[in-house]
Amino acid sequence: MSMNNQAEARRQIEICNACRYCEGFCAVFPAMTKQRTFSLTDMTQFANLCHNCQGCYHACQYTAPHEFAINLPAALAEVRTASWERLSTPTWLAKRVQTHGGLVAGLVLFATIFFLMWMQGVVGGNTFYDYFSHNALVAIFAPAFVGPLAVITWSIRRYWREVGGEPVHGSHLLSALKAAANLKNLSGGQQQGCQYEDGDRYSHKRRAGHQLTMYGFLLCFASTSTATVMHYVLDMPAPYAWYTLPKILGVVGGVMLSAGTLFLMKLKRTANPELGSASRWGGDWVFIWLLFLTASTGLLLWTLGGTSLMPLMLAVHLGCVLTLFLMMPYSKMVHGFFRLAALTRDAQTNGS
Amino acid sequence: MTERTIDLAAPIDWDVVVVGGGNAALCAAISAAEKGAQVLVIESAPKTYRGGNSRHTRNFRAMHDGPSGVLEETYLEEEYFQDLLKVTKGKTDETLARQCIRESEPAYRWMMDHGVLFQPSLSGTLSLSRTNAFFLGGGKALVNAYYNTAERLGIAVTYDTEVTHVQLAGNRFTHLEVTRAGQRYVVQGKALVLASGGFQSNLEWLTEAWGPAAANFLIRGTPYNRGVVLKDMLDQGALSVGDPTQCHAVAIDGRAPKFDGGIVTRLDCVPFSVVVNKHGDRFYDEGEDVWPKRYAIWGRLVAAQPDQVAYVVIDAKSLNLFMPSVFPPEKADTLEALAAQLGLPVDAFMRTINTFNAACGDTSGFHSNQLDGVCTTGLTINKTNWARPINEGPFYAYQLRPGVTFTYLGLKVDPQAKVQMQDAPAENIWAAGEIMAGSILGEGYLAGFGMTIGTVYGRIAGQEAGNYVNE
Repeated sequence: MSMNNQAEARRQIEICNACRYCEGFCAVFPAMTKQRTFSLTDMTQFANLCHNCQGCYHACQYTAPHEFAINLPAALAEVRTASWERLSTPTWLAKRVQTHGGLVAGLVLFATIFFLMWMQGVVGGNTFYDYFSHNALVAIFAPAFVGPLAVITWSIRRYWREVGGEPVHGSHLLSALKAAANLKNLSGGQQQGCQYEDGDRYSHKRRAGHQLTMYGFLLCFASTSTATVMHYVLDMPAPYAWYTLPKILGVVGGVMLSAGTLFLMKLKRTANPELGSASRWGGDWVFIWLLFLTASTGLLLWTLGGTSLMPLMLAVHLGCVLTLFLMMPYSKMVHGFFRLAALTRDAQTNGS
Repeated sequence: MTERTIDLAAPIDWDVVVVGGGNAALCAAISAAEKGAQVLVIESAPKTYRGGNSRHTRNFRAMHDGPSGVLEETYLEEEYFQDLLKVTKGKTDETLARQCIRESEPAYRWMMDHGVLFQPSLSGTLSLSRTNAFFLGGGKALVNAYYNTAERLGIAVTYDTEVTHVQLAGNRFTHLEVTRAGQRYVVQGKALVLASGGFQSNLEWLTEAWGPAAANFLIRGTPYNRGVVLKDMLDQGALSVGDPTQCHAVAIDGRAPKFDGGIVTRLDCVPFSVVVNKHGDRFYDEGEDVWPKRYAIWGRLVAAQPDQVAYVVIDAKSLNLFMPSVFPPEKADTLEALAAQLGLPVDAFMRTINTFNAACGDTSGFHSNQLDGVCTTGLTINKTNWARPINEGPFYAYQLRPGVTFTYLGLKVDPQAKVQMQDAPAENIWAAGEIMAGSILGEGYLAGFGMTIGTVYGRIAGQEAGNYVNE
């Protein structure tokens, strides 16, 4: 399967390399022009470097019905999603999660019921620490976080070997983090944006939606991390008041994450699945929904505190977070890790 | 996005009707609309193939008196004009040529103001970084930008619509006869801009001009430029310029598709090669000048060979000196095997190569990026630069065929882009782009100049037509 995807991508890349009109859009083209011949594993690197801005598709004079039938965003998207699955463990689970939304939805439901049952015994709680002790939560979520991270680390190691990566310098990583921080490869090359939701018109909407989502997520993550440090290191046990760092980071992050994912959903509705990995479209949707539910239930939990809906919201929220953590190596969440690896490798080959 | 199909049956008297849907047509449509005109663009291609040959272009040659955007240093009128004189061997209309060159500078800014994005010279084209501004994403991205600008200005576009006849009353255009989806319509308008390209996709017309040789020509661009409107106008007494056998033609990979192969079928290896015809004989100095200054003559050179075919042969040491192309070369460990693979007479081919190799001198001064003077001596046709013996296996070859970009026979226009009829200028008909480029390009070609002619005269034609309907 993935060999076919890679062979198709290589067929297209060889045509692109003879044309080179798209050199100014993103990092894929300058990377391509360093070579005259390509191995199948070169496709893995190009695919993860491609941010699916779709600029090259709309600019291409060889799209179908032309006999060259170029659709590089789709060809690379197929290789990209296949590489996440192929390099993951277990592969079948990754493939299932990427192609079928049902598994993730089922897991959310299952985890929610699990937490609801756990909460059965408690009467009249007001905050969520009345239902779960901090230590109990850590006992569940720490392994649910560290375990998947270990799987991802394994995947990235395999990726690195496949694309011929060399020992990483700080400068390579810094360059990659910078490119991710401003989503340089979705800028269209000249800050005109990408062509995602409105045919061949450029806009910054998808970039904005992605950054709201990504930075929202990172703020939420920072909130949890600060809380952990305060709780265990500084001896300032939870819960925290609204003006403390964990709360402020969490609320701002939660709002950004909710707004960002809602915006991405809106854009995705008018995007063309044929320019992405059409078979993984469902997995994309489910991932955005999961992020949205995680953020919005977190916010609701905060606003519903003290009402009778709080326990239910708490269970749903914890169910979402647990699913998000467990599915990190198998859902679209891994794209961030692979992307960083690809950007780092690209910086390495650019000698920066 | 939902596509609104223009109702051609509606009794609309358009201010300006533009025939064609490429760069020149859109520059004209936009310029006319900015004068307040109600404009209809009639494109014969379906939406996916809109934009004529402009879809395949990549740059714009612009005069400039200092660094400007992606353009470096200066490129002044006189140098530009001399470059044009060199390639056309003086076959140009100096008034129009100088006007085109001078107007290329404001046109360059106008393009940016109307949505065109430029990028620095592409890898492998550094020799053009001073004179030519490259479009980000190439010509189709430019075409998309103009269609989006056109939509914002309320310009109507009908795709898949072919103009079959321009109805004249004396020297005045009254209406067009058009066909869309098998249905015939009459389109009324006050002014007409013809920007429908050359006739290179009309193989019968090419055969008329070239004889049976035309059957072996490949057409690099759109199959929709059949010259229907051009012929219709010439039949009705419009003055023509140019020679029907003159065109922008380059030597391309013989395996290219019949139409629309575009840029990826080009072969840049000629300067480092030996080129032979089907009899195994050399026929021209492969190293006459740097490739960007010579690529445009090789189409005609190959067209003049028996069966319109040639073979470009290189050895291992030259394989990485040129841009990759879309099809892999033929490859063999010995020259004899390569000749057999290509179907060439082995003895004659070996004689040519051995004679060539023996005529090579000191190659230590070889320099792939500049005229290096590394030449052969004593041959009937010497190679005057980059002449290194073909002696390091494996050996590689590509078959060459003439690839026609566009034909030069066209409509004669004045500096206002007005079409000239037998006795007087037409009252309300202008022309822009390839359909009139023969006035300026009598022969030869200058990279990026087709887009300059299209943009400059598209703007002039649109403005003039807009002014005409405002009077």
